[in-house]
Amino acid sequence: MNAPESEVVTFDNVGLRYGPDREVLSDVSFTLFPGSFYFLTGASGAGKTSLLKLLYLAQRPSRGAIRMFGTDVITLARKKLPAYRRRIGVVFQDFRLVPHLSAYDNVALPLRVSGVSEEDLRKPVADMLDWVGLSHRMDDRPATLSGGEQQRVAIARAVIGRPDMLVADEPTGNVDPDMALKLLRLFEALNRLGTTVVVATHDVHLLKKVPESLIMRLDKGKLSDPTGALRYPPRPSGPRERRS
Amino acid sequence: MTGVSKPPTLGRKIARGFTRFGGERAAQLVPQARLAGPMPWVIAIMVTLVVIAAAGGLAMRNVAGSARAELAGGATVQILEALPQERERQARVVEQLLESSPEVASTRRVPDEELDALLEPWLGIDADNQAVPVPALIDVRLRGDASKDVLDDLQASIAQRAPSARIDAQASWLAPVFGALASLQYLALALVVLLALTSVAAVWLAARSALGSNRGTIEVVHMLGGTDSQIARIFERSIGFDATLGGAVGLTLGLGAILLLGRQFAALGSGMMSGGALGWLDWVIIAAIPLLAVALAMLTARMTVLAALRRML
Repeated sequence: MNAPESEVVTFDNVGLRYGPDREVLSDVSFTLFPGSFYFLTGASGAGKTSLLKLLYLAQRPSRGAIRMFGTDVITLARKKLPAYRRRIGVVFQDFRLVPHLSAYDNVALPLRVSGVSEEDLRKPVADMLDWVGLSHRMDDRPATLSGGEQQRVAIARAVIGRPDMLVADEPTGNVDPDMALKLLRLFEALNRLGTTVVVATHDVHLLKKVPESLIMRLDKGKLSDPTGALRYPPRPSGPRERRS
Repeated sequence: MTGVSKPPTLGRKIARGFTRFGGERAAQLVPQARLAGPMPWVIAIMVTLVVIAAAGGLAMRNVAGSARAELAGGATVQILEALPQERERQARVVEQLLESSPEVASTRRVPDEELDALLEPWLGIDADNQAVPVPALIDVRLRGDASKDVLDDLQASIAQRAPSARIDAQASWLAPVFGALASLQYLALALVVLLALTSVAAVWLAARSALGSNRGTIEVVHMLGGTDSQIARIFERSIGFDATLGGAVGLTLGLGAILLLGRQFAALGSGMMSGGALGWLDWVIIAAIPLLAVALAMLTARMTVLAALRRML
């Protein structure tokens, strides 16, 4: 079932459980709009990572409906998922860089997966590493980089394919406050180009650093909407509320 | 770090391609153990054994084939008569009757000296022909195969005038030998199949192990939009490289063993063994074994990886 891409993601009464245990996400409904910046907050164990897994298509829900880029991704054939994953950039708290590849090769990986030739990817990768301030470390392997540097490589890898949506799971969890702010500025810069950004964090101080952001709050698997910006069903048209 | 500057843009057309992801760059994702790892050596041992078993099976087939061809039109008439004069009479009559038959190309009476020499190991040098009657033997070369119908016709034509004569196909004397050769061929085939299955199991285990140790990388590639085929191709290539190395080593060792064994059998000087020499087609089959091993290893790796990936979303 395809629908126009006026919404990036729509969750409708989504529930998720692992095995026979109680649901880790329950009756989650929301809409993410193109070009918006969202913070996903909640205490440890609230279900943030589970929700992000649904967002970056690493997990299917136990119930409910998810539409992504106008397509029902619940019933979508497994072989068609890679095309949708290529529209989503993911940043992890533990970076998940390929340890035996250099920073350059890690950043180039999404383009190589997409079939970009070595000749065509050389400049974009170099530019991306320059953007995150690591052009001087491009030949170094992740183990020789600091936590902040590794996270910047992970961000460069996530955004090099210019995703429609960037999902970041506690991206500032392993870096100092100064570096956390710098990483946040990278997300903002990407957001200004039209990419929808979702950053999961339990750091409430971070929320204040992006005044234009919208907040999704998870509490024991239930989603609350303190700004009223995640209304579902979404409005047919018109501006979305933003936090002042 | 430029921080808030605009990120470099990338053309959508480039970023959204679905062309092949392969080659050296893709292979880098799975660290290679190469010759330091066990897989090339396992495959080398398997290929060596398959090459030797296949060469043995082919040699057996050739031995049986050449012996069959040699004996195909041969028959032997025995005159099983105790009285020497009567035996001699029947032998002459049979020779005359057979030579006049259109089925028969030639006959040869086996001389008594030749028979004595054949029986010497059992009866001694001065055996008394009166005490131990020895049948008269006539070698018959037929124009066609020594089929049952032809032999029955000949037997019927000589039975009246030479009641002690019995005609048999020469091939029937060697039937137990042919049976043993056929068993050895089946044994060689079974060994080849078992070794192939063992190789499949070894590759399956290696692929599973490689999948396990590279799970994090696979998840990352999946998350970046990598397809199952792309990921499977990485492992396929890696194991294909190992199998190529192993196959080359295994073929070299196997050929060495074949040549050594061939030289030893040739030194026996046996007519039957010389019929087991390998022909050019046999060498082509043996040379194809490492190629088949590489193909089998790559296919196994692909199937294993794809089956494992299907369990992931």
